Amino acid sequence: MHARTDAPPETAASWPEDIFAILQRFDVRQVPYVPDAGHSELIERVLGASSMRAVPLTTEEEGVALLAGAWAGGQRGVLLMQSSGVGNCVNMLSLTQIFRFPFLTLVTMRGEWGEFNPWQVPMGSSTAAVFELSGIKVLRASHAEEVREVVEAAAGQAYNACTPTAVLLSQRLIGAKVFTK
Amino acid sequence: MSQANLLERRSVVSHLLAERNDAIVVGGLGASTYDIAAAGDHDRNFYLWGAMGGAVMIGLGMALAQPKLPVVVITGDGEMLMGMGSLATVSLQKPANLTIVVLDNEVYGETGGQASHTASTVDFVGVARSCGISDARAIATMADIGTFASSMQDVSSGPRFASIKIDSANLERVLSSRDGQFTVTRIRGALGYGPI
Repeated sequence: MHARTDAPPETAASWPEDIFAILQRFDVRQVPYVPDAGHSELIERVLGASSMRAVPLTTEEEGVALLAGAWAGGQRGVLLMQSSGVGNCVNMLSLTQIFRFPFLTLVTMRGEWGEFNPWQVPMGSSTAAVFELSGIKVLRASHAEEVREVVEAAAGQAYNACTPTAVLLSQRLIGAKVFTK
Repeated sequence: MSQANLLERRSVVSHLLAERNDAIVVGGLGASTYDIAAAGDHDRNFYLWGAMGGAVMIGLGMALAQPKLPVVVITGDGEMLMGMGSLATVSLQKPANLTIVVLDNEVYGETGGQASHTASTVDFVGVARSCGISDARAIATMADIGTFASSMQDVSSGPRFASIKIDSANLERVLSSRDGQFTVTRIRGALGYGPI
């Protein structure tokens, strides 16, 4: 897995830490993920949290099903993935309508804002539309200082109103991945 | 076509669930859900009518949320093939209260009996073991079904996996509720969780 370059100065505020604090406040217990460099700091925090269970997946759709089971068993969760993983979830996203459970996913975007790798562009370009077609509300954060309020709003409507919600964390926020030989 | 040397699915499931106690039971879409319904409706039955490939992961989410309750996933070979990676995910989490049972008739019965991969090459017990689920076995007799049913109640020694070859006879469907909200709300209610 390639790392990204250091975040540019204006994104130096620790937005992953903001997200972690919100997840703790909403009593999120299960955190399924497929790794992405943009989520690496948050994943580290989750792995170190005794109140949370990090669940590495082989494919993102597993996480949707896991969260449905968690909800039936009385726990909240959040799915962490990259935009390319959203397409892997499509049929399983039916569960958000079938069970009307509090689905929240945080998606790090690829295929936009200075992308180097053309293979990321098709799925990155359709990520928001795929969610919307699947009945998932889409919010976006593009700057470090807005991450907290966007994720807070998303968690609020997902967990309080059972409104399935995806937050897209822009590549502009995370920093475009740099490929060097 | 019924085959004499293979187990009959409804007998297997009703035997597995005869003394389920507080267990949560997740049924993969299609015949497995009908089998669970045939064994008797229960407020801890998690019937699936879709989400193919998701049964084991739903069971894992439940098992992690309720570590003191036995959680049993009963699904078919086609459904298990679609979610085979979830065996790797389960193994990493080591949910001691989770049991996975595959009723393997080697065909996609719901869609006309087309051969599945298990008819010729795939060995689920080997797959489960190589994913790291060491308690993985093939069960071929009703006596062993009974022993295994008792072990499902042990929430400290899983995860465990069983592949049971069953005959491929298409039985009359026993239809459970197909209302997902009803099903989940009922399970949550049985566990003491109210509506939002």
